[in-house]
Order: sequence, then structure tokens, then C-alpha cells
Amino acid sequence: MAVRECDVLIIGAGPAGLAAALYASRAKLSTVVLDKGTPGGQVRTTWSMENYPGFARGMTGPELMDRFVDHAKEFGAEIVRGDVATVSFGGELKIVTTQKGEEYRARAVIVAPGAEPRTLGLPGERELRGKGVSYCATCDADFFEELDVVVIGNGDAAVEEAMYLTKFVNSATMIVVHDEGILDATAIIRDRAFKNPKMKWAWNSVVEEIRGDGIVESVVIKNIKTNERTELEANGVFVFVGTVPKTDFLKGHVDMDKRGYVIANELMETSADGVYCAGDARVKYLRQVITAAADGAIAAVAAEKYIHEEEGFREMVLDRENPVMVAFWSPTSQVSLDFLPAVERIAEQRAGKLNLVKIDIYKNQRVAGRYGITEAPTMAFFRKGQLVEKVCWPTNESELASVADKVIGG
Amino acid sequence: MLEVNKENFEAEVLAVPGPVLVDFWSTKCEPCVALVPEVEALAEKYGDKIKFCKLNVLENRRLSIGQKVLGLPTIAIYKGGEKVAELTKDDATCANIEAMIKEHGR
Ligand SMILES: Cc1cc2nc3c(=O)[nH]c(=O)nc-3n(C[C@H](O)[C@H](O)[C@H](O)COP(=O)(O)OP(=O)(O)OC[C@H]3O[C@@H](n4cnc5c(N)ncnc54)[C@H](O)[C@@H]3O)c2cc1C
Repeated sequence: MAVRECDVLIIGAGPAGLAAALYASRAKLSTVVLDKGTPGGQVRTTWSMENYPGFARGMTGPELMDRFVDHAKEFGAEIVRGDVATVSFGGELKIVTTQKGEEYRARAVIVAPGAEPRTLGLPGERELRGKGVSYCATCDADFFEELDVVVIGNGDAAVEEAMYLTKFVNSATMIVVHDEGILDATAIIRDRAFKNPKMKWAWNSVVEEIRGDGIVESVVIKNIKTNERTELEANGVFVFVGTVPKTDFLKGHVDMDKRGYVIANELMETSADGVYCAGDARVKYLRQVITAAADGAIAAVAAEKYIHEEEGFREMVLDRENPVMVAFWSPTSQVSLDFLPAVERIAEQRAGKLNLVKIDIYKNQRVAGRYGITEAPTMAFFRKGQLVEKVCWPTNESELASVADKVIGG
Repeated sequence: MLEVNKENFEAEVLAVPGPVLVDFWSTKCEPCVALVPEVEALAEKYGDKIKFCKLNVLENRRLSIGQKVLGLPTIAIYKGGEKVAELTKDDATCANIEAMIKEHGR
């Protein structure tokens, strides 16, 4: 099937992927974003979006995402429909293949697959999905006009989605595990919810079972204080109990925590060279649109630097006809600074036969690390793209000169 | 694709021997909107094997609930007035729909 090459390939067109696309394409990198659905990610499933700075009330999730999409496209990023099935990050070009078999090869990859609603695994939950059990208020609210629904969860998303539902339903009963008056949602959202006459509350309670013949008819609620069970009639059950990362296709390719969140550092670098992770799919403190977008920006800038460094190293060292002596130095190592003039002399005396490239080990830790170089000064000799000699702490000019001659002699 | 609604659902879907595929969707359901081009491509490909219909649930809420459809996207196949297969939510992927058509199509 078709193979496409690009500089940066982004998996997922949620806020993280779209922000990354904007930054990457604006840096003149050829950028492709793959998404299996409509660009916009989870934000598409929520109406109320009032905490993205600069956009106060009135902005909806889908509207904000339309703007993200337009903005990314403005600088040339291409958004393509495709469900990523497999990845291979080992080579210099990372290979990403979709379910339909389209293959992409990219110099850097940013994974931003986000998360999806967590399910509870209650009896009846799976069977009655799309039959009254829902994880998306904007998708399904219309069915429940004038009907009674139950909402499971009590965080910000749960309460906000329940409030959205009250525009349609007769009543929305929140099943809350905490004592009366206590919610995980923030105070401003809580206070608004308590004033909403269509919201009802079942405190100290959990749902044990969803019942119905073909469509939802009731839920069984257990009071965790009294262990008393009651059956509550309901036409719909909306579940908002957090999310799980959509990272199955990345297992074994980048390091993750036990729950499947990708581990990335402050530069959004994963355990695989040239592969970055942004947004809800990574281990982080706050999963929101603004932090997803911030991750995307950082990942794109880090990827850009990576691409340029790799390109530079390839041109200056790996693709050279002549042998190359790479001097790994560091401004913080006085020994390495003192030794540089000797290194330059050795190269000058062998001009035309040996090239010299100086690399600041701290600015380019990845290249140094790949060749096992941890200290400055270290001299590394390359011939036809291969590391052939490595001299650590060569403080003696004549010793280094003889290694250089040996390398030149083949 | 044929647009069905509360007026013609009986005649176009239930009263015919089938098979008939019904795409329950709405303009407000983003995953449904995303699925539209894929279902249309399938309609091109399998138009002779199965009759393709779509139903906007916003205008046909009672009909949809009557068909036990309370979530979107839902793609169902009818034969002889009975629903014989159905995919909903995440299961309603292009690949799954195609497999369902192959199983129940003519
Ligand atoms: C109900 C609800 C309400 C919320 N309300 C708010 C709010 O008010 N304010 C706020 O700031 N945040 C809110 N959030 C959180 C916010 O939506 C997320 O933090 C944000 O969307 C994360 O962005 P992301 O880009 O990391 O991932 P996502 O938005 O999840 O996007 C990931 C994208 O990747 C795609 N994808 C995944 N796997 C693949 C694959 N294998 N191949 C191709 N594409 C793939 C998906 O289709 C998706 O489009 C809410 C979330 C929910 C569920």
C-alpha cells in the first residue's frame, strides 16, 4: 500500500495533537496528523468549555476544536483520517501503519492518542450500551427529553455533563459515593449544580446493577452506610468516572506506567528516541485542554530540535567520505576546554584526511548517549557512518594523534 | 442513501423482506458525523447486497426508542421486519459494519 514520508507524524487530533501540529508546521516541518475520528478528540463530546483561557462562557467544546483545527491547517499541517494500528520506532525513520494498511515514515513522531471514558463493569452496563447507557452527553442527550436519567460520578466532568443533560431531561439523579453535600467537583461547579432544580442527589450511594429488557429501565442503588438496596426507575444511565489512556498500540514500544499512561519527561520525550507523547495519554497531574495544548507545543519544539540535531550529525559526521573526529566537550569541564587547542592542531595537521566536529555534550546529550559517551572530553572517531574508535579523557596530544593516524590508515 | 423517518419507516424497512441497513444518526453526534463518509463508501460498494437507509433520530426520537435505539451511533440490519444485527458506539467501526454487511447481506 501507499507509503508517505514526512518530518513529523502526529497520532491523534485532540487538543494536544492539534497544538503540536500548529507548532511543527509553523516551524516549516512537513506535518501530518492522523486521527481515527473527527478532529477534536474528547473535547468534541462536551458542550461546556469555560476554562480555556481567553474563551469564556459561550464557547462550546466542538467550536473550540474547530478553531484548533483551522489554526493548525493555517500553517500547512495536514489532517488525515486513519486509525493507527502498529508502530515501529527503532529505525531512524519511525514507521506508523494504519488499520487500512497505509504506511507513514517520519523523522519524529508525537503520540497524542488521549483517553476514553472508563467503564465500570457493572452488570448490565455492557449489554445496555447504546440502549440507555451512555458515556457522552452531547451524543445521546436528545433521546432523553422529558425522561429521567441517572448520572454516575461526581467530578467536574460528571457534574457539568449532568447540568448539560438537564436542558433535555425531566430529572438527572447524581449517584454520589460521598456524604451529603460533598462532591469531587470544584466549588463553582458544585454551587451551580445545587441550585439546579432538575438535579437530584443520592448520597453515600453506588450503582450495583443496570437493569432493563433491551433498553434501560432501572438501576439498583446501594447505600454504602446502611447497605440498603433500592431500585430506581431510570430511562438512561450516564457514566462519567474518569478516563483510561488509549495506548494499547504503543505497548512494548514506549515505557508506560501500570495503568497504561506513557511516561515522558519535561520535554515530552518518551523512552524511544525521536518519539514524544503529549496530552491525556501521558503520566501527568492535570488532564485538561490547556495542559494538552501546552504538551503539544513542547513536544513539537523538542521534536524540531531533535530532527535538526539528527540531520546535522548525519551531514557532518555519518555521511562524510573522510573519517571524522568528534570532540565531545563541555563548557563546564575545564579539562575539555584546555584540550580543545590540541584537538584542533591534530585536525589541522591532517586536513583533507580527517574532519573535526565539536559537540557540546550537554546540548546534545542524546547523540552522546547513543554512543555511550557520558564524560567530556571524549574523542570519537567515525568512518563511513560507523564509530570505530573512542578515546575517553585523552589528555595527551601525541596519544590522540596516534589514534587519529591509525583511523586514517584504516 | 434513502432517508427514512416516522412516516416511511414501516414501508421502507419493516414491511420489506430485506436485508435493510439503517444508520441511526444525528447532526449533534460527532462520531456519527465522522462515520457518514465511511457508511456512504460502504453503500457504494454493497448497494446491491443490502438496502442502505439513514434515520435522523432528532426528528424521530420515539421511533428510535421504539426500535430500542437509545445511543449513537447505531447501525442496525433488518430482515422481514425484525432487527437481526446491530452495532453501537465504539463497536460501530467501518470494519465491523463491513463484516456485519457481509454476514447479513444478500
Ligand atoms: C465529558 C468531558 C468533559 C470535559 N470537560 C473539560 C473542560 O471543561 N475543560 C477542559 O479543559 N478539559 C475538559 N475535559 C478534558 C479534555 O477533554 C482532555 O483533557 C483533552 O481532550 C485531552 O486532549 P488530548 O489531545 O490529549 O486527547 P483527546 O482529546 O482524547 O484526543 C485524542 C485523539 O486521538 C485519536 N486517537 C486515539 N488513538 C488513535 C489511534 N490509534 N489512531 C488514530 N487516532 C487515534 C482520538 O480519536 C482522538 O481524536 C473533559 C473531558 C470529558 C471526557
